[in-house]
Amino acid sequence: MATANLATHGATDHDHDHEHHDNFITKYIFSTDHKMIGKQFLVTGIFWALIGGFLSILFRLQLGFPDMDLTFLKPLLGGWIDDAGKLDPNFYLALVTMHGTIMVFFVLTAGLSGTFSNFLIPLQIGARDMASGFMNMLSYWFFFVSGVIMFISLFLENGPAGGGWVVYPPLSALEQAIPGSGMGMTLWLIAMTFFIASSLLGGINYITTVINLRTKGMSFSRLPLTIWAFFLTAVIGLLSFPVLFAAALLLVFDRSFGTSFYLSDIYISGEGALPNTGGSPVLYQHLFWFLGHPEVYIVLLPALGITSEVIATNSRKPIFGYKAMIISMLGITILSFVVWAHHMFVSGMNPFLGSIFMFLTLIIAIPSAVKVFNYLTTLWRGNLIFTPAMLFSIGLVSFFISGGLTGIFLGNSAIDIQLHDTYFVVAHFHLVMGSASFFGLMAGVYHWFPKMFGRMMDARLGYIHFWLTFVGVYLVFFPMHYIGIAGFPRRYYSWTNFEFSNMYTDLNMFVSAAAIITFAAQFIFLFNFFYSMYRGRKASLNPWRSTTLEWTTPLFPGHGNWPGEIPAVYRWPYDYSKPGAKEDFIMQTVPLSATPESNLPHEQELVKLEKEIIAEEEEVLVANESKES
Amino acid sequence: MYGFLIAVGVLLLLSLIWMVYRIQTLVSVVKGSDKKIASSSNKVNALLFVVFLIGAGGLMFWYSIKEFDNYNLPLGSEHGAVTDQLFWITMAVTGIVFIITHILLFIFPYKYQYNEKRKATFYPDNNKLEVIWTVVPAVVLAILVIGGWKAWSDITAPAPENAHVVEIMGYQFAWEVRYPGLDNVLGDHDYRLVNEVNNPSGVDFSDRNALDDFTSPVVVIPKGEPVLFKIRARDVLHSVFAPHMRLKMDAVPGMPTRFWFTPTKTTAEMRQELGDDEFVYEIACTEICGRGHFSMRREIRVVEPAEYQEWLKEQKPYIVNNPALVENLPSDLKELADITIGEYK
Repeated sequence: MATANLATHGATDHDHDHEHHDNFITKYIFSTDHKMIGKQFLVTGIFWALIGGFLSILFRLQLGFPDMDLTFLKPLLGGWIDDAGKLDPNFYLALVTMHGTIMVFFVLTAGLSGTFSNFLIPLQIGARDMASGFMNMLSYWFFFVSGVIMFISLFLENGPAGGGWVVYPPLSALEQAIPGSGMGMTLWLIAMTFFIASSLLGGINYITTVINLRTKGMSFSRLPLTIWAFFLTAVIGLLSFPVLFAAALLLVFDRSFGTSFYLSDIYISGEGALPNTGGSPVLYQHLFWFLGHPEVYIVLLPALGITSEVIATNSRKPIFGYKAMIISMLGITILSFVVWAHHMFVSGMNPFLGSIFMFLTLIIAIPSAVKVFNYLTTLWRGNLIFTPAMLFSIGLVSFFISGGLTGIFLGNSAIDIQLHDTYFVVAHFHLVMGSASFFGLMAGVYHWFPKMFGRMMDARLGYIHFWLTFVGVYLVFFPMHYIGIAGFPRRYYSWTNFEFSNMYTDLNMFVSAAAIITFAAQFIFLFNFFYSMYRGRKASLNPWRSTTLEWTTPLFPGHGNWPGEIPAVYRWPYDYSKPGAKEDFIMQTVPLSATPESNLPHEQELVKLEKEIIAEEEEVLVANESKES
Repeated sequence: MYGFLIAVGVLLLLSLIWMVYRIQTLVSVVKGSDKKIASSSNKVNALLFVVFLIGAGGLMFWYSIKEFDNYNLPLGSEHGAVTDQLFWITMAVTGIVFIITHILLFIFPYKYQYNEKRKATFYPDNNKLEVIWTVVPAVVLAILVIGGWKAWSDITAPAPENAHVVEIMGYQFAWEVRYPGLDNVLGDHDYRLVNEVNNPSGVDFSDRNALDDFTSPVVVIPKGEPVLFKIRARDVLHSVFAPHMRLKMDAVPGMPTRFWFTPTKTTAEMRQELGDDEFVYEIACTEICGRGHFSMRREIRVVEPAEYQEWLKEQKPYIVNNPALVENLPSDLKELADITIGEYK
């Protein structure tokens, strides 16, 4: 690179020394290097995704094949399978609860944000590391502890928490109401406390790093959209996770110290009337969804950021409407805080409040629509290369459309009366939030694998993985719309008790079979991931011919990322297929003055300014060198 | 033995896949196709998007039409006609957007697949386009929201004065139904008075209005007249869901909720219309409430108003079926209660 050896302020030679002192523990376990921490989050996230996915297979067996003899699962599930080979209904609820908790928090929050915010922020903004490597390490280890506690809760005699991933009290507060609300719920709350601490530690770091540690020339209007997405995600998390902590804390008080924040007028069969009065279960729902809804965007925004980057790179075209994309994300960030009560239209809250939240909710659909149109226009007249990452990104856009449109039904309170808590909702959020974010995660892994491990993943296995998963996800979740319109309620162990839902056994069987196949297809990815890590083809320095800074680092970037000076940035990250340019991409580190043939009129004006700055820089450099010698 | 054979089979299959994988990797290295920017797989992937578009689109239309009568629930309430209409209008609008965007999303990959001789169009922004596709969705959504808002306001407006009141109380794992009796006023209740044997709703019989309250195993309501469900819960959250009535409202311990509606077809009429002698209106629970969440069933029977009045007269209050409930009342109330009991005998 022409500018890689230009001076930036402050020489950082000492970074090289650190590397040599690394032993196994400081390098792989208690690492403070953002790249290693990112990989730790990724591998842990993959572990949890497998557990979360496996739990869903267990309850899909129950839903798809209600008459099946599950005795073969006895070695694994023990007493949760009764003598007749049937799954215990309480354990069914625990499975649903843990599937939700694990997927939303451990996989799509920690596994996605944790991985890519950590890995990409310093690399793409041109920083040596996160603002605080130590806090970053703590962030991972708090997450790890949280995971250990949640994992232990799976093996309790009374089972893990079973009140749904939203853990609404009074059900989650009263052990007498469901056995999972005993020790299982206690561990759930402890685990979530650690998780919240982890998120906050990470989030503060991401925000500080993006604001303070950008390299020279990397203004906010030159940040890749990934960084914008991670930055806004961290802001959302920082503002909303403490509210979940408050909700959880009050729940702890109600459970253990006899307070009545959420409890009132309760009579428990077999035990009698409880003394609690004056509490409100609806209060918990407000507090929970004040996190819960922004959480949807915490999960989704990073995926959208990754997709923007991958689609632009592989379309060989600038992302269409870079500014509009940023404004949409800002809009989503702000609006995500004022739509929470659309989860509560029929919770018994004041219907007037429902009207307000219906208006606010449908406003948030507008920036989402803008994003979709911008993705489509980016593809239009591009020169599309279907890397596995690109396939997953296109898949994401498809899910984002399918799931986003059903949100327009659910955000409309009048229509939501019928659809609330039916399979229509399940279909909606699994597409728009679950699958879309999962595809974002996959796109990210395939795209940045060469940067993470210096090797390429096998593309063909990637294609097979994509097509099986893409088709599989639709086969699992699309039929659920029909089931939902027919009124099938969520979290039902079986539907045969009701006349209106005593049908669609064929469709449910189909969904379960599709789920099993889709789950099995993920092992292709697992193989590809771990095999390629050690035996994959050696990657080139910039395998996707991308413009962003991470591809200017060595194949195996050490502690500090760049061996010499951090490169400066002279242009936005989307100069693909610029008219006049020789190659179909120009890296961010190439000065405008070096590309007079492709500069646009307004850029040509900037060249003069740029030259002055470079001249100044060189003077400083020369001065420094003469001092040293 | 079978287990062993299956294991061997799986092992053989896996090693076969493994070898195919290794061979194709080696072949691609020999051919040098791994060095190319876009291999021949690019064409295959581009084509598969079109195949998916046609295949999945066809499947969707075929199934949606074939199954329409199955997933489209019969409708039994006045406001349900409004919300159903909103649902289908939204379906039409979003359906069009769904189809157009997906056609573009899957045709573009085919049309603009990589070609060495071509260069992508440098087209970074167009503010006019951005404004158009901000404003158009905003207008369309505003129209949808206003329709929804009107319907929502009507549905959640206070119930008409003459509405027939029915109390529905959720508990683990059933619904307790209470009618206010001839005075159409429910007696007070207190959760501390709950007695699982004879007073599951915790009715306070020292309130005069409670003396003629009665329970029923089936929710019987008249056709064409407004009915007000007063909803509450005794232990944890539940949610009253009457799918055919397009009715849903959470039952919250400590906070009474309500939902009023007007049934439009009697059970008998609905049976005739559907040609299904077994048809019943049902209530289910849609808020997770524990082990028996999936089994909280109650039947609703919609009858002609005259038949409803007949039925009301036949019902016997709690205290008639169980005089022990009023034994400990103060003497003046006890007297009143005894008179009520006497009337029903």
